[in-house]
Amino acid sequence: MADPRVFRMPSLGADMTEGRLIEWLVQPGDAVHRGDLVAVVKTDKADVEVEIFDDGVIGELLVPVGDEALEIGTPLATVVDAGAAGPAAAPPPPAPTPPPPPPAPTPQPPQQPAPAPRPPEPPAVAPPSLAPPRPAPTRSTPAATTAHVAASPYARRRAAELGVDLARVAAAQPGHPISAADVDRAARSRVAEPAPAPKPEPVAPVDQSTAMRQAIGRLMARSKREIPHYYLQEDVELTAALAWLQSHNEQAPVDARILPAALLYKAVALTAAAMPELNGYWVDDHFVAGSGVHLGVAISLRGGGLVAPAVHDADRLSLVELMGALRDVTSRARGGRLRGSEMTDATITVTNLGDRGVRSVFGVIYPPQVALVGFGKISDRVWDVDDGIGIRPAVTATLSADHRATDGHIGARFLADVARRLGQPEELR
Amino acid sequence: MTLDPDAAMRSALAAIAPEADLDELEPGDDLQEALDLDSMDFLNFLIAVAQSTGVEIPESDYHLVRTFASCGDYLRQHADH
Repeated sequence: MADPRVFRMPSLGADMTEGRLIEWLVQPGDAVHRGDLVAVVKTDKADVEVEIFDDGVIGELLVPVGDEALEIGTPLATVVDAGAAGPAAAPPPPAPTPPPPPPAPTPQPPQQPAPAPRPPEPPAVAPPSLAPPRPAPTRSTPAATTAHVAASPYARRRAAELGVDLARVAAAQPGHPISAADVDRAARSRVAEPAPAPKPEPVAPVDQSTAMRQAIGRLMARSKREIPHYYLQEDVELTAALAWLQSHNEQAPVDARILPAALLYKAVALTAAAMPELNGYWVDDHFVAGSGVHLGVAISLRGGGLVAPAVHDADRLSLVELMGALRDVTSRARGGRLRGSEMTDATITVTNLGDRGVRSVFGVIYPPQVALVGFGKISDRVWDVDDGIGIRPAVTATLSADHRATDGHIGARFLADVARRLGQPEELR
Repeated sequence: MTLDPDAAMRSALAAIAPEADLDELEPGDDLQEALDLDSMDFLNFLIAVAQSTGVEIPESDYHLVRTFASCGDYLRQHADH
């Protein structure tokens, strides 16, 4: 019998380090095909339906549904070849479960259930320095407890590795900072003590909005730390675009109406397809173009926070299709479930704060993407016209771009191309 | 099947802004501002109201339906037309 393959906890975005398995969508013996939804994973940001990137038959479910935080790479199920399963679909002997591989510091495409045809998967987690090993027990130790304890950096790391609360460690030499040796001693004595029952996960899981803020914080801090942003801005006249939209919407039933945002996003998607320098990822010190334009759409959530799921192949959707996709992904982001591929595939992101009344937004790039396009409020502006000045509806478009991948010259051409397309709305249909 | 306009609006708003206390909403409040609805939310509100009352509010009349009271009046005026 062929060795079973393993379906692992996938990375669902650069800001994810672990997830909770909240639902299995398959049972042992079920045939699965690449792209099938097999499980629902709760991340700090959303409940995500996870696809499998393998063909075969589910052998054994290795992890039950529960509230346990599982690191990326944790084996979740075995997958066997369709022929090997046999009619009885006897689950194969449990593979000697290897300990979950540590979060790979470098992408390991062959190991990961990587979305294969897609460009290099974003690094599974932030670089090692950003993601110190965090064994489960330490999760319940509030960082604040140890923050004020005098201890060497190595001692802190050691304490984190061993799950030792620094506040309970005594330094061998009173008055001196706690050393790693002190931590080791404390860990040994703890083992000798009547073993405290394995600490259950905190009874009340971390508040979702707190977890959301932390996830956003990690990702945005990484972006600002690693990505040398440059910023450009351009006012774009929308007279023709809005007139076209109005005539469309006058005739359309209410559920087929198109919002101006869809028109703006379509223009960005077409420009991204035409100018691939800004559509893709910065990975391992070089730019990798996206395979297709998968438009990340920043969606604010009620009660705070945001997600930026991808609308796949946005440049190939008609305007009506794109509007439908935006409605669908917005409602699922706010109330339902997103899919794993939506969390990982975006090649460029757009954000629109026009509804909030601001003139412009200079966004923070989502690593490892290299560009983010922002739109503010559509409003009437004083505008240069042929023989003087007039009043025209316009929007301020901005570009935040990664200077490692492009220079301002390319960025300027990008925004000019978006503006040109918005001037010819019939081509955006 | 058509609903009473007030009930239709309440039901639509509750689905879009589940955390909102609709009893706190004043009849003259701007719906989008009071409930922090973006244009996608507002469109979904109009779609839901159209489905439950049968009244489609054209884009050119959006300015007439900005508050709970004015939207209710609009729906009553246009019912069965």
